[in-house]
This record gives sequence, structure tokens and C-alpha cells, in this order.
Amino acid sequence: MRQFRVFVQKEFYHIFRDRWTTVILLVLPVVMIILFGFGITTEIRNTKFAVYDPSRDVATQGIVNKLETSEYFSLDRYVNSPEEIEPLFRDGEIGFVVVLGENFYENLLHTGNAKIQLIADGTDPNTASILTSYATILLSSYQQELTGKSSGAIPYQIKTEVRLLYNPSLKSAYNIVPGIMGMILMLICALMTSVSIAREKELGTMELLLVSPMKPILIIISKLVPYFAISVINYITILLLSVFILNVPIAGSLVLLSALSLLFIFVSLSIGILISSLVEKQIVALLISGMVLMLPAVFLSGLMFPIESMPVVLQWISHILPVKWFIIAVRSVMIKGLGFSSIIREVLILIGMGVVIITISLKKFKYRLE
Amino acid sequence: MLKYLLEKEFKQFFRSSSLPKMVIIMPFMAVLIFPLVANFEIKNVNLSVVDNDKSTYSQQLIQKVSSSGYFRVSDVSDTYQQALRSVELNKSDIILEIPPHFERDIAREQSATVHIAADAVSGTKGGLGSSYLAGIIGDFSGNIRSEWITASDRFSSGRFEISPQFWYNPRLLYIYFMVPALMVMVLAMLCGFLPALNIVGEKENGTIEQMNVTPVNKFIFILSKLLPYWIIGFFVLTICFIVAWIFYGLIPEGSLATIYLFAALFVLAFSGFGLVISNYATSLQQAMFMMFFFVLTFIFMSGLYTPIANMPQWAQYLSTISPLKYIIIVLRQVYLKGSSFSELTVPFIALTGFAIFFNVWAVISYRKSS
Repeated sequence: MRQFRVFVQKEFYHIFRDRWTTVILLVLPVVMIILFGFGITTEIRNTKFAVYDPSRDVATQGIVNKLETSEYFSLDRYVNSPEEIEPLFRDGEIGFVVVLGENFYENLLHTGNAKIQLIADGTDPNTASILTSYATILLSSYQQELTGKSSGAIPYQIKTEVRLLYNPSLKSAYNIVPGIMGMILMLICALMTSVSIAREKELGTMELLLVSPMKPILIIISKLVPYFAISVINYITILLLSVFILNVPIAGSLVLLSALSLLFIFVSLSIGILISSLVEKQIVALLISGMVLMLPAVFLSGLMFPIESMPVVLQWISHILPVKWFIIAVRSVMIKGLGFSSIIREVLILIGMGVVIITISLKKFKYRLE
Repeated sequence: MLKYLLEKEFKQFFRSSSLPKMVIIMPFMAVLIFPLVANFEIKNVNLSVVDNDKSTYSQQLIQKVSSSGYFRVSDVSDTYQQALRSVELNKSDIILEIPPHFERDIAREQSATVHIAADAVSGTKGGLGSSYLAGIIGDFSGNIRSEWITASDRFSSGRFEISPQFWYNPRLLYIYFMVPALMVMVLAMLCGFLPALNIVGEKENGTIEQMNVTPVNKFIFILSKLLPYWIIGFFVLTICFIVAWIFYGLIPEGSLATIYLFAALFVLAFSGFGLVISNYATSLQQAMFMMFFFVLTFIFMSGLYTPIANMPQWAQYLSTISPLKYIIIVLRQVYLKGSSFSELTVPFIALTGFAIFFNVWAVISYRKSS
């Protein structure tokens, strides 16, 4: 036991005497939470728009006013001819341009031929469609104000009542916190562990360890202990930050969430061992963890992009990523506040993956000197 | 002198087993597969339908929703509770509840209300999805109205017509938005990470000692490390162009020369940055970690995924120090809007500044004496 303690101590020295790595390991979650939590947002605020208004009458004034007084848009300028629109978009400052027809008010009252064109910068498709749909909603409500004065409510209308479950104000942080948790735990456990074991191999110090009286399995476990500790610290940091800085409450049970995270840490550590048992060089371990684990974890796990929109093949690939299941389960517990019965499937999958990976990697690991 | 050093660098590059392959494979992977993944488009959102009316209208409405392409009716539940359970189990994302007497209410009271409840943890899926759904219901409502109202009644004064129009990307294809930016990602990955691992690799192998005892001066040394990546950058970018052209039919609106010019500056700046990291790091693991940290920060501050204009003010200020921001602007502008050099002076100045700053820093921070 004392031997084991000494080995663990050695591993801690390895990490903490490398000042830069220590700092990054501990600061990384903080920076990521802040960057993702505040930086990634699909909320529209104060987007600038321009107006081409050849009529300049009561109705067009009202329309511009309606758009400008909303929190989404702010009027940047009037343009005097349609030719001026193109340069505005090229500068990239303007989100969309409202082009009003000639004799707008006249047409509105008499011919029913009043037209509004919303020209949006389609470079960013999502922003463009959100902008035009917000503007359309505002304009329709202005229309209702106009017609409401004259003729009353629109007949034969199906109204919709939308309820946004779990995240009524559509804060992107709610989606991002579980994702970051998965990413960080994966990064620390799988990437760091695999690199640190590969490093001992590459530098030849693995031999020294293997000829010590310690059992090989304990050598590996002693390698895992520090990364396990750092993961737990990071897990706590992420929870504290998300509750107090991003105001994302923990809706479900903290005990269940922690148990789930421990399970995922176990799976990630076993992936780390698996990678290191396959490679001899640090750089290869880095590349494998980077390309095979981290990139898919960011892109295929549903952290940022909806999985349903991807091609079917990629959806299948996403199923074999432990991090995907972890993120789903964390979302259910932490954000939706659901109990164990709702995450049984995810938990079973994670346990299954963990058992398979650990069996393979223990079989693969070479304890003998070559 | 430089000639021999360059020869050494290239030999090192081509004789390594993985690097030349990576330089070929990465652009393919990124430009081919990533756009399929990095997709905020809403498709196949799972819909749970609760039809309490089971009338012709409710059937028509469900039919209309499921044929829209955005939604896939995943289950038909009898009660809202049952539908909610399927949301909890992640089987569906949005609930559409049609009230009892839906058809009767439309006929008699001239109005009815349907309920939408969306799993809003993911803002893209929940928020955009529910607003699309509301839009489809609005369309349906319009159809019903025109069934009931005779043509002569249809014109009412005070109505105007709103038509959206999207420039540069009229069909709002997300791929057009992502592909140019992903080219930047590839450049940043290859021309940032490889230099970062280069000098530190020599340190770890001990070959840096041999470099230090040669008469080569710091400037030439850094230049010899920089130029290969510069050439690799051109090569990689060309592959990206060809892949984008063959598979997506995407050709820049503007001139290729402009893109090459800016890419040359960017690669210079970013490789310089990689070398700076490499100078400070003492191990591969450290270099990788620092690089990962900064690249991630740069990427998320660059507007690659979410528009910078939507970010909070402090994040917008922070984004000015991300070199990626400028090159992404350039690629998107040239590719989609056909901007010419004169419209891109700000990115030009910024990138030149970064290139000088990082490379001077790289020369200064490289120490031949320990």
C-alpha cells in the first residue's frame, strides 16, 4: 500500500511540477464555460437594418418605428436608391434592408397592392432566416394594429400557443453546460492519461516502473489517480460556474448527477488506457485522442449541432461515442430534472462500453519487457 | 545556409510516417465531412402528436406538418402526459397538441388554438423548430381562411404583403456559409499545430542542442521553420478549393488571388504563433495543451459558428484579437459576396499586424543559450 502511495505521489509530481499544464488543466474549464456560455448565442439583439423608403408617409414611418423600437433591431440609415444596398451588405454591417414600395399608404388603403421586401444577407443562413422571421412577426403585428382599427380581428384563424419546456428563455447556456462537462472530462481523462503513459514508454521510463516490485496493474492505477482527482475538481468547478455565473440551476438530483459523472470518468479513463496500450509515441497518442475522440466529441455529440440533421452514417458513428450518451443523460438530470428511471438506457450503455473497453485494454497492455 | 535548413525541414517532414498523409487527408475530411456535420439547419425534428380531435382538419394539419421536411412524426400519443414522457426519454423534441373540437371551433367560433410544447434545452432545435412549426400552422390557417372566405371578401384595406429575399445565398444553404470558414479551420489546425510541435519536438529529442551549436542565427532558424508551413498552407488551401469545387460546386465570386494573398498572411501569422508556443513549451504535451487552449478560444471568438454581432460587448472586443476572425471574414466575403481587395483593408492591416507581431516574438523568444 505504501508503495502504491509513493507511485501516486510520483504521478502528482509529474503534473504539478509542470506549471503550465497544471494551470491550463485547472483554468481550461473556467475559460470554456465563459467562452461557450456567453460567446455562443443565437439570440438576436440590436441588429442594424437600413431602409429604402421612396414613399415616406404615415404607414412607412409606422413600420420603421415598429422595427426600431423592438429590442432586436436598430435603424442604421435610410438609403436613397436601391443601388446603395449592395455596398452596405459588402461592408457586412447591416443585417437586412427593408424595401418599401412607392406610394405605400395610397396602395395600402385603395389597391391592396402595398409591398414590403425584406432583403437579408444570406451569407449566414440561420441568422438571415431568424432576422426575417422576427421582422415578419413585428410587421404582421403592425398590420394587425392597422386593421384592428378599421375592421376587427382576422376571421378563421388558428392561433398557436407555444410553450418552451425546461428552458423558457432559450438560453444557450442550458445546452452548453452538459456538453462542456463531457468534453472536459473526456479531455482530462482520456487524452491526458494516454499521453502520460505513452510518455513513459517513449522516454523508456516505463521499463523502470515495470521492473519495480509493484504489480503492473497498480502502476496503471497509480497513473489514473491524479487525473481522476483533477477531473473531480473540474467537475465541481463546472457545476459552481454554471450555477453561479451562467445561472443554470441543477434541476435534478446532485447525487445522481455526480454518480453519472463518476461513471463517465471511469469510461474515459479506460479509453485513455486503451489508447496508450496501442501506441508507443506521445504524438500518436495525441493525434488519436485528438482526431478520434475530441473532434467527434465536439461535432458529433450534439453539443453544438443537432444530430438529427446529419447524414445517417454519421448518426451511427455518433452512437458509439460514450460522450454522446453522457451528454444526453446529464441534460436529462441536470437541466430537465428527471430521475434515474429516465436515464436507464444511457447508464446501461455507458456501463457496457466501460466494461468492454477496460477488458480489451487490460488484455492488450504489455507488461513484459521487450 | 537557409537552403540546407529548409532541405532538412522538408526531409524531416516527408520522412515522417504520418505528417504527409495528414496534410492530404485533413483538407478532405474537413471540407467534405464537416459541412455535413456542422449544420445548424433544422431537419427531421422528432414530433410527438397528440390529436384530441381526430377530424379532417386535424389530419390535414398533421399531414402538412409531416410533409414539410422539417419534422418527422415519431409517435402519436393519446395524452399530453404520454407525449411529455417521450420528450423526457429523448424520443421526441416537440409536442403538437390539437385540442378537442378543433374542427368545430374553427367552423363555429372562427378560431381555435393548438398547443406546441418544445424541448428547449437546445435553442436551435427547440426554439427554431417551434417557430417553424408555428409558421406551418400559420400557413395552414391561411389555407382554411381562403376556403371559408369568398374571393370578393378577401381584399380588405390596410393589408400589405411581406416578401423576404436572401442575397448571396438565395436558397439559404448552410454549406455555403460553413465551407469557406472550414478551410480556415484546416489552415489553422495544420499550420498552427505542426509548427507548435516542431521546435518542442527537437527539444524533446535533444536535437535542438545540435542546432544551437551551429552558426545559424535566430532569424534564419525561425525562417527555416516557418517557410515549410507556408508552402504547406498553399498546398492545403488548393486542395480545399478543389474539393469545394468538385463536391459542392462552390467557386469564389471574387478572385482566387485575393484569397491566396490573405491566406499567405494568415498562415505566416498563425505559424508564427505556433512557433512562439513551441519556444515556451518544454514538452509536446505542454505545447499541445497550450495550442488547444488558444486555438479553441480563437475559434469561438472568430464568428465561425455564431455571428460576432450577437455576442456580448466584452466578447466582441475580445474577438478583435483573434486572427481567425479576419481571415474567416475574408474567405466568406470573397467566396460569397465577391468582395475585392479594396473592401478588405481592415482584415489586411490586422493580419499583417499579427504576422509581424507573432514572428518578431518568435525570433525574440527563441533562445540559443539555455
